[in-house]
Amino acid sequence: MPKVKVDGIEVEVPQGATVLQACEAAGKEIPRFCYHERLSIAGNCRMCLVEVKPGPPKPQASCALPAADNQEIRTDSPMVKAAREGVMEFLLINHPLDCPICDQGGECDLQDQSVAYGKGHSRYTENKRAVTEKYMGPIIKTVMTRCIQCTRCVRFGEEVAGVEDIGAIYRGENMQITTYLESAFKSELSGNAVDLCPVGALTHKPVAFEYRPWELRRNLSIDVMDAIGTNIRADSRGRQVMRVLPRINEDVNEEWAHDKTRYHVDGLVRRRLDRPFVRKGGKLVEASWDEAFDAIAAVYAGSSVAAIAGDLLDAETMYAAKALLKGLGSDLIESRQTGMDYDVSSLGAVAFNPTIAGVEDADAILLIGSNLRWEAPLVNTRVRKAIKKGAKVFAIGPEVDLTYKLEWLGNDLSLLGKLPDQVAQAFDGAKKPLVIVGPGALGAGFGAALALVEPMKLIRTLDDGSAWNGFGVIHIAAARMAALMLGFAQKGGIADIVAAKPKLTFFLGADEVDFAGFDGSFKVFIGHHGDKGAHHADVILPAATWAEKPGTYVNLEGRVQHAERAVFAPGDAREDWSILRALSDKLGRTLPFDSFDELRAAMAAEVPELGQEGLVSFAWKAPSLSAAASGEVTYPIKDFYLTNAICRASPTMQRCSAELLHGEEFAEAAE
Amino acid sequence: MLQDKDRIFTNVYGFQPWNLSASLKRGDWDNTKALMALGQDTIIDRIKASGLRGRGGAGFPTGTKWSFMPKEPRPDRPNFLVINADESEPGSCKDREIIRHDPHKLIEGALIAGYAMRARAAYIYIRGEYIREAETLFAAVAEAYDKGLLGKNACGSGYDFDVFVHRGAGAYICGEETAMLESLEGKKGQPRLKPPFPAGAGLYGCPTTVNNVESIAVVPTILRRSPEWFASFGAENNKGTKLFQISGHVEKPCVVEEAMSIPFRELIEKHCGGIRGGWDNLLAVIPGGSSVPLVPASQIMDCPMDFDGLRGVGSGLGTAAVIVMDKSTDVVRAISRLSYFYKHESCGQCTPCREGTGWMWRVMERLRTGDADISEIDTLQQVTKQVEGHTICALGDAAAWPIQGLIRHFRPELERRINERNGSSDAPMQEAAE
Repeated sequence: MPKVKVDGIEVEVPQGATVLQACEAAGKEIPRFCYHERLSIAGNCRMCLVEVKPGPPKPQASCALPAADNQEIRTDSPMVKAAREGVMEFLLINHPLDCPICDQGGECDLQDQSVAYGKGHSRYTENKRAVTEKYMGPIIKTVMTRCIQCTRCVRFGEEVAGVEDIGAIYRGENMQITTYLESAFKSELSGNAVDLCPVGALTHKPVAFEYRPWELRRNLSIDVMDAIGTNIRADSRGRQVMRVLPRINEDVNEEWAHDKTRYHVDGLVRRRLDRPFVRKGGKLVEASWDEAFDAIAAVYAGSSVAAIAGDLLDAETMYAAKALLKGLGSDLIESRQTGMDYDVSSLGAVAFNPTIAGVEDADAILLIGSNLRWEAPLVNTRVRKAIKKGAKVFAIGPEVDLTYKLEWLGNDLSLLGKLPDQVAQAFDGAKKPLVIVGPGALGAGFGAALALVEPMKLIRTLDDGSAWNGFGVIHIAAARMAALMLGFAQKGGIADIVAAKPKLTFFLGADEVDFAGFDGSFKVFIGHHGDKGAHHADVILPAATWAEKPGTYVNLEGRVQHAERAVFAPGDAREDWSILRALSDKLGRTLPFDSFDELRAAMAAEVPELGQEGLVSFAWKAPSLSAAASGEVTYPIKDFYLTNAICRASPTMQRCSAELLHGEEFAEAAE
Repeated sequence: MLQDKDRIFTNVYGFQPWNLSASLKRGDWDNTKALMALGQDTIIDRIKASGLRGRGGAGFPTGTKWSFMPKEPRPDRPNFLVINADESEPGSCKDREIIRHDPHKLIEGALIAGYAMRARAAYIYIRGEYIREAETLFAAVAEAYDKGLLGKNACGSGYDFDVFVHRGAGAYICGEETAMLESLEGKKGQPRLKPPFPAGAGLYGCPTTVNNVESIAVVPTILRRSPEWFASFGAENNKGTKLFQISGHVEKPCVVEEAMSIPFRELIEKHCGGIRGGWDNLLAVIPGGSSVPLVPASQIMDCPMDFDGLRGVGSGLGTAAVIVMDKSTDVVRAISRLSYFYKHESCGQCTPCREGTGWMWRVMERLRTGDADISEIDTLQQVTKQVEGHTICALGDAAAWPIQGLIRHFRPELERRINERNGSSDAPMQEAAE
């Protein structure tokens, strides 16, 4: 543990720390552009120069210099001040002063640091350099004249996203950052490069010129586009969510978010159901809430009621639905809307036990039927990190590009019974073995995957006494874990519900159901987008999206997280729980809560784990299932950008899908 | 004056063929096995004793540099020797002559030096523009392999050693040692951050020493003729012989091997036939290739041509590429042209050099025609100070120094041009009150 002195303040820093980190530990701010905690060190912006003794009599780049014992670091000397002013002046000589029309304005590192460390004027009187824009796809808008060549985006592409599309061409003054042959940056994480850009060279294309950062209200929320539970900030202006940015949570998403999380928000204001509809004469016609409720009450279903929960729901909505059905005398509730029927008798067996952060430390990984890059992109980045630390990765399933090197064993679940020698070898020597079961194998391969737990010793006590559970299941629906905790599962899946032939079925934002099985049922769709579910509905009750209601979400690890309301639902749409509460009145089975807080308290009383934020530790109990498995795996996600009703309504997501996945070319208008 | 019997490079003018049989007659590859049998540490000690300092410009003691290499390399992390033949410094042309006419000196040196630092192989990175030279080098290496001088059991010594020749693609910055390693690895030639130094993590992450062609090529002769012989030339701390490359306004520009510390006047008189138009016509000299500051005539004339002597006059020996300028030279234009060179060759990685070299060149161009303000000379001086010492590699320094030298010694000339263009003599022009 080296001890160093920063401006006279003595600090002790961990071995391997840099001088920059030492300065931060001493509470000294070091300006920087190229340095980023999660990327490799480039040391090229030269903004972080400090004076270090002993050393050469010139300022040193603190980001790249290891802290060593007895160093005397000055961050406030005239030499450092001159160095910062010099570098700042150089950065600005070719940077356009177009802040008034730059989307980065107000949250720009260059702006902030030039105010704090710059000279306030320039001595440069020559012409400024201009650089042509580069096409980087549907997400990233470029104004490359603003680029200061910090190469954060290049390093992000190579190191985190695993896509070597961005690079620098030419040299010296003429150096330019571009994608290869100006094709799109083909990564599901591309939006993060925009966040990393310290200037306005890369900005968010879908919201170009739409807002100024100081106009936005920050709302803390949880992403529902997949089951990771990415911590996000939904920035709203008026009644619209303008953008989504990730919040830092080292256990979940670090500081990344994928493009679906970020850019589906323009779908929140399109194709919205903003008033109730009732089907009359085969056609859906607008109705008042009373008419809609009357139509439902007129079914006189008694206890022949079922509820199907969609993928984007919060736990409170599902609990309210469950309570309503319980009052009516039914427990026909199911959340696995696509018809999956895996065993849920033990929640431990269907959770992602190693935890997302734990994946980084795994040293042998077997992926069973999982296209991790689409199903859980931020788990995929952790696997990349594990590989960097030396993990060996094997996979069973159709070959896809997961951005890293791994060994594909074949697309046959029967391989689980006879794993090749190299797999056995890798797992034998592993300290933290990990098996990841994707939704593609959860049906046919669940038993066979569970059968690996014993022989591979996936559950073990490590040398340091801590416990390791290397069996992880990937879910792709944000609502799934909470739904399973609330009991939204039938033994035979949705087929059991179909077989029970309910007279009245509530579809809570469930769009991916095979509606053919519910022909004889009166279908009530409580949801927010005019998608498949609304088309089949007899009554539509307009509800709120994730952004328009507070809620509790449980991610695939079993991490309970609370989200805030960002905006209000449009038109007559209401928060889901209040719809169910009003309807319960109509049906004569009034639910016992009058506010969201009462609802949350009632839910916590029934399922205590849901009442407290944090990681739920499920008891491990493997259900006894047949270990035999065979057949091919198919991945459930066919189109990453169009997995739910909000995405399908989003023009940005549609364009991403068309361009990045289906190769359509978009001509840009000449200006 | 160095006697012919004391020359290391006996075929530097190409009077004899470069090939192996002619090289053997000149004494190359003569019982190399015995030299290697001295043992690795003995070779390093003798090179240290010879006082050989790196011939690439920085002048770091070669033997010391070798001793930084791990003594027991791991099989999965071998040592490498990289030989810098990317001779792109304006004014320098010594490596070209060595490779053209005496490639076997280099190859034998590579084997011995590689053996001494326990390297598995040597990579010779040759400048892309050296087309014929690269052909010669490829052919010479092939000859050496054919005769069993390289490869498995090189020279019958029991040591396996390979030499690979790699051609650059015409980037000056790839002559910087870490940029060279990047380029060898197939990446964009941009210098790496130090530390880690190449001796710790260099080519492909393995311990690597990067040496100049001349530093390696003199090694066999030093070992054959003894370090004391080599150390008998030159002043203290500046030992040995050196290839000087004199270009510019001398009667007979040439590449010549001379003892270190030879006075400038003697060097020019003996080998170059004097300054064009006589010594009174000498304006300034850039004594070490384009990246060192120029020295005005009065200071250079009796200066010893070695590392310390030239540092004493505010310049450096560099590669000993002596660029002589007489009074017909437009010295501002000459330095401006060098600024353009550095602007063109800056890799663009780090800010001060990327942005500064272009700025400096543009101001230099205006100073050349006098289209500037007197205060801009000071601004330019400050800009060079803002670049110098703030960059990852030494290219920033190299771009700053010539301009600093110009301002230091020729400021009156710069001011004269500005005043001349503005139509005023010494006094600033009176402006009418409005």
